[in-house]
Amino acid sequence: MFDYDVCVIGAGAVGAAVARELSRYRLGICVVEKEEDVCSGTSKANSGIAHAGYDPEPGTMKARMNIRGAELIRELSRDLDFPYRQNGALVLCFDEADMPGLEKLYRRGLENGVADLKIISGDEVRKMEPAVSEEAVAALWAPTSGIVCPFGMTAAFAENAAENGTEFRFLTEVNGIGKTEGGYVLHTSGGDIRTRFVVNAAGVRSAEIHNAVSETKLAIIPRRGEYVLMDREVGDLVSSTIFQLPGKTGKGVLVAPTVHGNLLVGPNAADMEDGEDTETTSGGMDEVKERAGKSVPNVPYNRMITAFAGARAHEKGGDFILGEVPDAVGFFDAAGIESPGLTAAPAIGEYLAGLVAKMAGAERKEDFVSTRKGIPQVAKLSPEERSALIAERPEYGRIVCRCESISEGEIIDAIERTPGARSMDGIKRRVRQGMGRCQAGFCTPAAMDILAERLGIPVEKVTKNGPGSELLKW
Amino acid sequence: MEYHDIVVIGGGPAGLAAAVSAYDAGCRDVLVIERDERLGGILNQCIHNGFGLHTFKEELTGPEYAERYIRKAEERSIEYRLRTIVADVSPEREILYVNRDEGAVRMKAGAIVLAMGCRERPRGALGIPGYRPAGIYTAGTAQRLMNIEGYMVGREVVILGSGDIGLIMARRMTLEGAKVKVVAELMPYSGGLKRNIVQCLDDYGIPLRLSHTVTKIHGKRRVEGVTISEVGPDRRPVPGTEEFYSCDTLLLSCGLIPENELSKQVGIILSRVTGGPEVDDSLETSAEGVFACGNVLHVHDLVDFVSEEAERAGRNAAAFAAEGGKTRGGVLQVTPENGVTYTVPQKIRTDAAEKVTLRFRVNGVYRDRCVAVRSSGAEIKRVKRRIMAPGEMEELILTGEDLARCAGGITVGLED
Amino acid sequence: METRELTCIQCPLGCQLAVTVDGDAVTVTGNTCQRGAVYGEKEVTAPTRTVTGTIPVDGGEIARVSVKTAPDIPKDKIFDVMAEIRSAHLTAPVEAGRIIIHDVAGTGADVIATKTVKRS
Repeated sequence: MFDYDVCVIGAGAVGAAVARELSRYRLGICVVEKEEDVCSGTSKANSGIAHAGYDPEPGTMKARMNIRGAELIRELSRDLDFPYRQNGALVLCFDEADMPGLEKLYRRGLENGVADLKIISGDEVRKMEPAVSEEAVAALWAPTSGIVCPFGMTAAFAENAAENGTEFRFLTEVNGIGKTEGGYVLHTSGGDIRTRFVVNAAGVRSAEIHNAVSETKLAIIPRRGEYVLMDREVGDLVSSTIFQLPGKTGKGVLVAPTVHGNLLVGPNAADMEDGEDTETTSGGMDEVKERAGKSVPNVPYNRMITAFAGARAHEKGGDFILGEVPDAVGFFDAAGIESPGLTAAPAIGEYLAGLVAKMAGAERKEDFVSTRKGIPQVAKLSPEERSALIAERPEYGRIVCRCESISEGEIIDAIERTPGARSMDGIKRRVRQGMGRCQAGFCTPAAMDILAERLGIPVEKVTKNGPGSELLKW
Repeated sequence: MEYHDIVVIGGGPAGLAAAVSAYDAGCRDVLVIERDERLGGILNQCIHNGFGLHTFKEELTGPEYAERYIRKAEERSIEYRLRTIVADVSPEREILYVNRDEGAVRMKAGAIVLAMGCRERPRGALGIPGYRPAGIYTAGTAQRLMNIEGYMVGREVVILGSGDIGLIMARRMTLEGAKVKVVAELMPYSGGLKRNIVQCLDDYGIPLRLSHTVTKIHGKRRVEGVTISEVGPDRRPVPGTEEFYSCDTLLLSCGLIPENELSKQVGIILSRVTGGPEVDDSLETSAEGVFACGNVLHVHDLVDFVSEEAERAGRNAAAFAAEGGKTRGGVLQVTPENGVTYTVPQKIRTDAAEKVTLRFRVNGVYRDRCVAVRSSGAEIKRVKRRIMAPGEMEELILTGEDLARCAGGITVGLED
Repeated sequence: METRELTCIQCPLGCQLAVTVDGDAVTVTGNTCQRGAVYGEKEVTAPTRTVTGTIPVDGGEIARVSVKTAPDIPKDKIFDVMAEIRSAHLTAPVEAGRIIIHDVAGTGADVIATKTVKRS
């Protein structure tokens, strides 16, 4: 009478990680996602940092998941072949009077178990990072901090989950949840889905999903964070992630290289009404630039290639809400996942999958496939390797996106993976076509045609990111 | 390793003219590398007329202009490779190219002509706030989708920027049945040619609003409208002047940027103003044996001037390939001043035999001014102009006689 | 008597012309040179334009061929000409210069191909 053993609501980094960890067990698993692809909400627009773990209060879920998540990302980036680099982080202190705050952060990090933390002088900071402002008097150096590609990581989790039997249902919005004998029924835009267990990984909507089954109400305040992204040519302005000593509204604005070599500046933090109001504002972009200027005064904003905004699901309690909902048996929350949520995602996956499997009495699969190979990055190969690959599949020899050197073969791969790209954004997030300095000006026509052909749809049905976002108007 | 006397990177109008003139200058081993499926470059999508008045003394459309040069190349049996992208160029003029049939292959060139053209400034680089829905296109992308693929990108259109491609697309979309509601231009003057304002906007009653910009993009999935605001003299939006325009499409025609990623790999010195390589009067860049022409060098308004410039680059590349690197004589630095934003070339060889054509732009609209060329304070040349505007490239010819009178550097500036 | 304001497009100067039509007499003021006078008179008495567009091609190496009117057509016929261009359809090959539509919209002008499209 159940369609699945477990339904995961939300295919962001957390939902995909939960699904991937669940797929280790003999369980029927489905991920339902209201958007047309994985990584379409909070996971798509964030700082892409694998935090070291000095920030959360010791003893909190945030601290525990951050530390474990950072460890797991390091391993999984190899097993599941997604972009990750340990580049270290500096938390800058600009005033001698704030030194106790920096020391507190240092001690917190020690208590959380972060390795190799060190407080260094302003001069030492500038020796490491010459672009850092003269105003910085000291910094906490956290060499274990890393940068990760949020899309690459989420896609890797999802593909690996799918390979291990997880089903993904996109454009499936959960509108209501009912309790049934021994389980739940999800009333979705794609019909009812009956399941024994539910994992709520619905991001900014996780409170709404939780509140549908529980009397203990959650309240999510979506917070908008705006970012500006600079050309890869200036991506080496800083090599580590440059934070500011946290203030009231979060961790301050960071200046960091991305794992793909761009330079990222942001985010600000503004509470918002609707978690989907991810628009950029001129005030927000100005604020980000001004605040970043305190750390790194000479960010070349004339090399900006895009700006974007994301929503973080801040729960008023302040900590991640993880585990079975006390008044809803078999219903598990991953709610209030804000920073360091991306870092924590694999740990949350491991934790919740463990709880669900235990409750379900599920056994581990013997044939679980623990590794996944990413889409080849053709331009990064040596000419010899590249030629060999092109000889095998000529599509790897036709460059479609000239800014990022992405070939037709990589675009086809993005579409043909499971779950694969169904839209222009889906391709972009998987293989970075259109993510470069021309922002898809040149490659849009070719990518549209490839997508239409591979999906077997007319080109006028090609969308940017799902129904309603068709690129053409007839 | 495969070797060619001259490798031309780019088979658009600049690359073709350079290849043809190199051949005519005696070089029989010229290879053109083109990334697209056919030669002709951006002209293939510029189906409107207005090309060729200087070069051919008749008015042609873009594809016709391109075909004349393609024919010239074919008549000379100049070798070309299509669907081939150059991935890397070294200062030693070693090229790594990639295509489907051959894979990634290295070749060596006696001389290189850079003719990669330019790209459009995208929304992200403009920092327009708002959502990121479908329906935002640079004008050139929309032009390609319409004119090459035959796709209609929108029905109700607002255009930001009055660059020529934006103006041309305003007319093009109107003719295909779209409603173009307004063209907003940040500057107090148009960035496009007068002729295009009249024949693309005025003919169809499309309003041009100068000193206006888009301050917000509405619509989460597809564009639903834009807010347009007036800007002050500082080009910042004036609060209270916001006006909402309902539309499904926003086209951007806000400037072109020379595509110099390969030039940077070679380590070529680029001009901060043009975004293209700094060149001497032979159009040689700071890398020996590497020449540049067309929009990769600086953005042109008229393809006719691209052809003329590219012919010079081709001739000089042929001479370089034949004679090898000569010991360089001295150079005169050309410094723009008083309203002149840049000149191309930026340097003139003291042993330059022929006359030198200086191309330049000004930073505002000037009426009845003189362009003065000076060297060590002495006036070398003075030419009166009725009108000069940033959207119209200017030119000035220095004869061998003029150059003989120059000592040290020269300046080019506007005077009363 | 009717007066129309025009921007001259003969050179970058962009003179603001005032063209007055009084019966058969046309006077142009505001021009700096003779070219402006000629342009002003023609714009008011018999304005013409080149119309360009594209036509789908079956079986070609590319999907569409670009076309233009030759010679110019009267300005008030632009949309009639476009309607004929938009309803046309071709099969490859198409040679540049080939006449695609004779006497388009009764203007006496032809629509000709401006691109060569070989068979795919």
